[in-house]
Amino acid sequence: MVIHSIMEKDQDKILSDVTSGEYKYGFYSDIEMERIPKGLSEEVVRIISAKKNEPEWLLDFRLKAYKHWLTMKMPAWPNLRIPEINYNEIIFYAAPKARPVLNSIDDIDPELRKTFDKLGIPLNEQKHLAGVAVDAVIDSVSVKTTFKETLAEMGIIFCSFSDAVKEYPELVRRYMGSVVPYTDNFFASLNSAVFSDGSFCYIPKGVRCPMELSTYFRINSANTGQFERTLLIADEESYVSYLEGCTAPTRDENQLHAAIVEIIAEKNAEVKYSTVQNWYPGNKEGLGGIFNFVTKRGMCKGENSKISWTQIETGSAITWKYPSCILRGDNSTGEFYSVAVTNNYQQADTGTKMIHIGKNTKSTIVSKGISAGHGQNSYRGLVKVLKNASNARNFSQCDSLLLGDKCGAHTFPYLEVDNQTAIVEHEATTSKIGEDQIFYCNQRGISTEDAIGLIVNGYAREVINKLPMEFAVEAQKLLQISLEGSVG
Amino acid sequence: MNGRSEVTERYIGLYKENIEKITTSSSPYINSFREAAYERFRDMGIPTKKNEAYKYTNLNIFFDHDYKSYFMPVTSDFIKAEEFRCDVADLDTHGIVLLNGFYPTINEKLRQLPSGVWIGSLNAAAIKFPDLVKKHYGKYAKSDTDGLIDLNTAMASDGVFVYVPEGVALTKPVQVVNLVQSDEDMFSQHRNLIIVEKGAEFSIIICDHTLSPQKFLTNAVTEVFVGENAHFDLIRVQNEHNAACKVTHTFIHQEKNSVASSNNMTLHGGLIRNSTYHYLGGEGAECFSYGLFLTDKWQHVDNFVNVDHAFPKCTSNQLFKGVLDDMSTGAFNGRILVRPDAQGTLAYQKNNNILLTDDAKMDTKPQLEIFADDVKCSHGATIGQVDSDALFYLQSRGINKREARLMLMFGFAHEVIQNIKIEALRDRMDNLVMQRLKGELSRCASCMVKCG
Amino acid sequence: MLIINNLKASIGGKSILKGITLEVKPGEIHAIMGPNGSGKSTLAAVLAGREFVEVTEGSVTYLGKNLLDMSPEDRAKEGIFLGFQYPIEIPGVSMVNFMKTAVNEHRKHNGLDPLSASDFLKLMRDKKELVEIDSKLANRSVNEGFSGGEKKKNEIFQMAMLEPKLAILDETDSGLDIDALRVVANGVNKLKRPDNSFIVITHYQRLLDYIVPDVVHVLYDGRIVKTAGRELALELEEKGYDWIKKEVENNVLS
Repeated sequence: MVIHSIMEKDQDKILSDVTSGEYKYGFYSDIEMERIPKGLSEEVVRIISAKKNEPEWLLDFRLKAYKHWLTMKMPAWPNLRIPEINYNEIIFYAAPKARPVLNSIDDIDPELRKTFDKLGIPLNEQKHLAGVAVDAVIDSVSVKTTFKETLAEMGIIFCSFSDAVKEYPELVRRYMGSVVPYTDNFFASLNSAVFSDGSFCYIPKGVRCPMELSTYFRINSANTGQFERTLLIADEESYVSYLEGCTAPTRDENQLHAAIVEIIAEKNAEVKYSTVQNWYPGNKEGLGGIFNFVTKRGMCKGENSKISWTQIETGSAITWKYPSCILRGDNSTGEFYSVAVTNNYQQADTGTKMIHIGKNTKSTIVSKGISAGHGQNSYRGLVKVLKNASNARNFSQCDSLLLGDKCGAHTFPYLEVDNQTAIVEHEATTSKIGEDQIFYCNQRGISTEDAIGLIVNGYAREVINKLPMEFAVEAQKLLQISLEGSVG
Repeated sequence: MNGRSEVTERYIGLYKENIEKITTSSSPYINSFREAAYERFRDMGIPTKKNEAYKYTNLNIFFDHDYKSYFMPVTSDFIKAEEFRCDVADLDTHGIVLLNGFYPTINEKLRQLPSGVWIGSLNAAAIKFPDLVKKHYGKYAKSDTDGLIDLNTAMASDGVFVYVPEGVALTKPVQVVNLVQSDEDMFSQHRNLIIVEKGAEFSIIICDHTLSPQKFLTNAVTEVFVGENAHFDLIRVQNEHNAACKVTHTFIHQEKNSVASSNNMTLHGGLIRNSTYHYLGGEGAECFSYGLFLTDKWQHVDNFVNVDHAFPKCTSNQLFKGVLDDMSTGAFNGRILVRPDAQGTLAYQKNNNILLTDDAKMDTKPQLEIFADDVKCSHGATIGQVDSDALFYLQSRGINKREARLMLMFGFAHEVIQNIKIEALRDRMDNLVMQRLKGELSRCASCMVKCG
Repeated sequence: MLIINNLKASIGGKSILKGITLEVKPGEIHAIMGPNGSGKSTLAAVLAGREFVEVTEGSVTYLGKNLLDMSPEDRAKEGIFLGFQYPIEIPGVSMVNFMKTAVNEHRKHNGLDPLSASDFLKLMRDKKELVEIDSKLANRSVNEGFSGGEKKKNEIFQMAMLEPKLAILDETDSGLDIDALRVVANGVNKLKRPDNSFIVITHYQRLLDYIVPDVVHVLYDGRIVKTAGRELALELEEKGYDWIKKEVENNVLS
């Protein structure tokens, strides 16, 4: 994923530009790194905490999570084939060796700056697209947050998680783990024990955040796991649109990414959270790639609050994530828009949970799965209407598109309704890409590869349109690339 | 600790205590399956909610209980069975009665109908038609996840056997009435085998009734073979009292270009679980799976459907509906599996439910697992109330709200009922459902047990 | 027959009808025309009693009674018929059962005994002929799997069965080919009597070639901005709605 300014007129050019199906972000940067030894133990948890000069309460939180994690087993229910993960072969902390304090852009390691330039993420604010503030996270730590000061003028806090722990401990303490407790699931517990950094964002009462906030995650080092944590709090009557993007170098070994995102939306607040996930997916034979095991959940805490998840999942060897909404406030709204692509030997088990607790709560789910090659793509979703959630409404539409006869598309919705006034509807379809559509394009002189790109983009349009402009263009391009070579 | 639950141990004990008695009275071929089935059951146990296929059904309510078990029929039972008459008007069928899972006729364990069709006791058939039984028995009822199927194979002795030879079209349906009656709480299992050969046509109605107010638990397995170009229809009418639990597992194996349908009409019962497995085992096969339930009080109905598209160019349709009153609960679990190379598959699934009260609860889990690309598959599921636009449409024609709601609910149910091809039975179902919806039919009126 | 006075209505807090005044006398045919989004269907919905439309001001008097106080079914039984723009599909409910219930509710309201099954079927047959509806349609579920034209014919058939005093046809002509349009119009003309009235809501004047209106109203932005004889419809056909919009805007400015 790259954030740079692309005009609409460039769209066609992009689509035609893309001819090589290679992963474009697979380079490795030789940055001087500080790493701790491989493996996971209580000692490692303590080292991580000490490296970050954390307060006692946070160390306690980590240790509790670690102890809980030891009692847990890797979930077996996803429709995924996950190779055994040896947690003693993973490095749980790796950070670029930085100068003590980063006062200006010049303090950033030039190699690091080059890396982000190459990814299309200029860390220099002048060069940057005006509408987006970026928090850049490499391996275990945040290296630079742009537009921090501009945002601070409006009372918006946008910084690395580590800085937030130091500067706003009371906010972090109040909200961290309130939506995803450290006991939540295997990977959430693991993250809670060893998380290294991530982004923190607080939008004060009544403030509409004037720019897109974004976090860019980059895995660089070999054998490291990335465990970041994002905490986003939208106070009453506020609005924020948040983006995240991810890439990693091409490697034959699998690497683990286990993140947590927690969102809290207070009364009348609205949060839009968009993801373009493009972790290294492995090669055509299924070698290497990121294991992407992520817990994302938002709490619509106040009345009339709204949380909207949009995700474009094209990367990772294995994706396991269910961005969810707990609709606690009356009249609150949850949305989930997803496009997931699995090509070659990629596997994805993704979807959402919409938990209706408050009255008149609404949720919408639109999921578009695209399977190609030997890819296996599963939608898994839960819509639960609790007894007191009168007039709850849900509509789910889950479509799957199959390209080729070796891939699979699966749909596992769970609908649990305990209130008479609820209306819950789920629809799903599965079909192959239309040969007549491809032929129609061919006849007009469009190659089959391009035709598929066009058709798939049309198929995913409903979701792509939910993304901010810059991301939408990127997403279209990504869809095209990730399906290259899928039809022989 | 062996990790087995107490309730599983209960049935392991039952097996150990009675296996000798069971073996003596049943045919050697059926006996030859028992030990292996017992071992599988011992490993899998009675399903709990942790079992994905039983996520929404707590079997322990009925399984964790002391039942007298019924392994040998007695003469007095046969008389009761002879006396039973079906009260559906104009329903012209070849009747069979099963009492507590046994075929209770002393002299005529198997009878031949004029067309060459054999119906009667499975145990007797295993001796009279060893080749047929060997060819089909135990071949279709398979599951890696449901120990109850193995529990049945391990212990069941008798049930209904039907053999429809090649090319025979039996115009009149066979009606099996399953009666349970006992002075004590009772657990019974029966096993049916239905063979419909190439080009044959056959339909069967299976009705479940309770004749005494005791607590009953039935675990039944039915295997059906539908040969090439054959037609088969199964209609199940379940009408048991609230202290009865019925678990049925129906396996329908279809060959090339055959057509089969299953229709579960659940009118009454304490806890009902119907698992229907459709295996489309030849090109061009087509299956229809229907279900309708109306629940009230504390009833629970769970329909589990598995459609396995193993060959190209097959078609499947599922339509399941539920109307839930009082504090009743329901579950639907429907799965469409399209195997690799099953190209040209058409598979559809629909599950609609209406909740009538705030205390009723419905859980539904429609699933698609698709490994071939040239397919058209869809599913839809809804849980809610009657459609408000339709309600207004009827009102705008002068029909009052209460009547309009009733019409819509009836229409909702009728969409399932209309697929019953036997007119007399279809009318009867329409009638019973209408009366039930109107509240004219008291909760127990359709029940045979006059328990007051 | 129908007197609408300064009717204002909104949907979900958004004001749609902004003060409509209109009188329909027995035997009259009124056409209501207007661009999309002007409030035509909302007016029909208010008259038939749809709950999602909230009346905020004004009154509607029908045969001397306050129409707005009545339930949708009572309005129907008092003789108001709404021909739906998008007739609803009701799976599992047969046309015969549906119409029989409706007809007998009307009869009960008028102090008549319910029709016997054979009388009812005879009535169905007669009316089917009148509107040239395929006799097979009657055996199917209400509107289920009907084509667009069949649905609209079915609306006219129901109107013939229920013999309303005031029929409101909401864009009954939309999506119809010329043959279906002729059938629909013939049905209306055959049912027209000196003591009943019609409100024909339409976007195009095409239908008005077949059903000749006594009065034509133009609805724009929730108000009736022009009322004239049938020549107004022809003028609209020729010039479109833009000149009306301009006229209205000029009036507002001046």
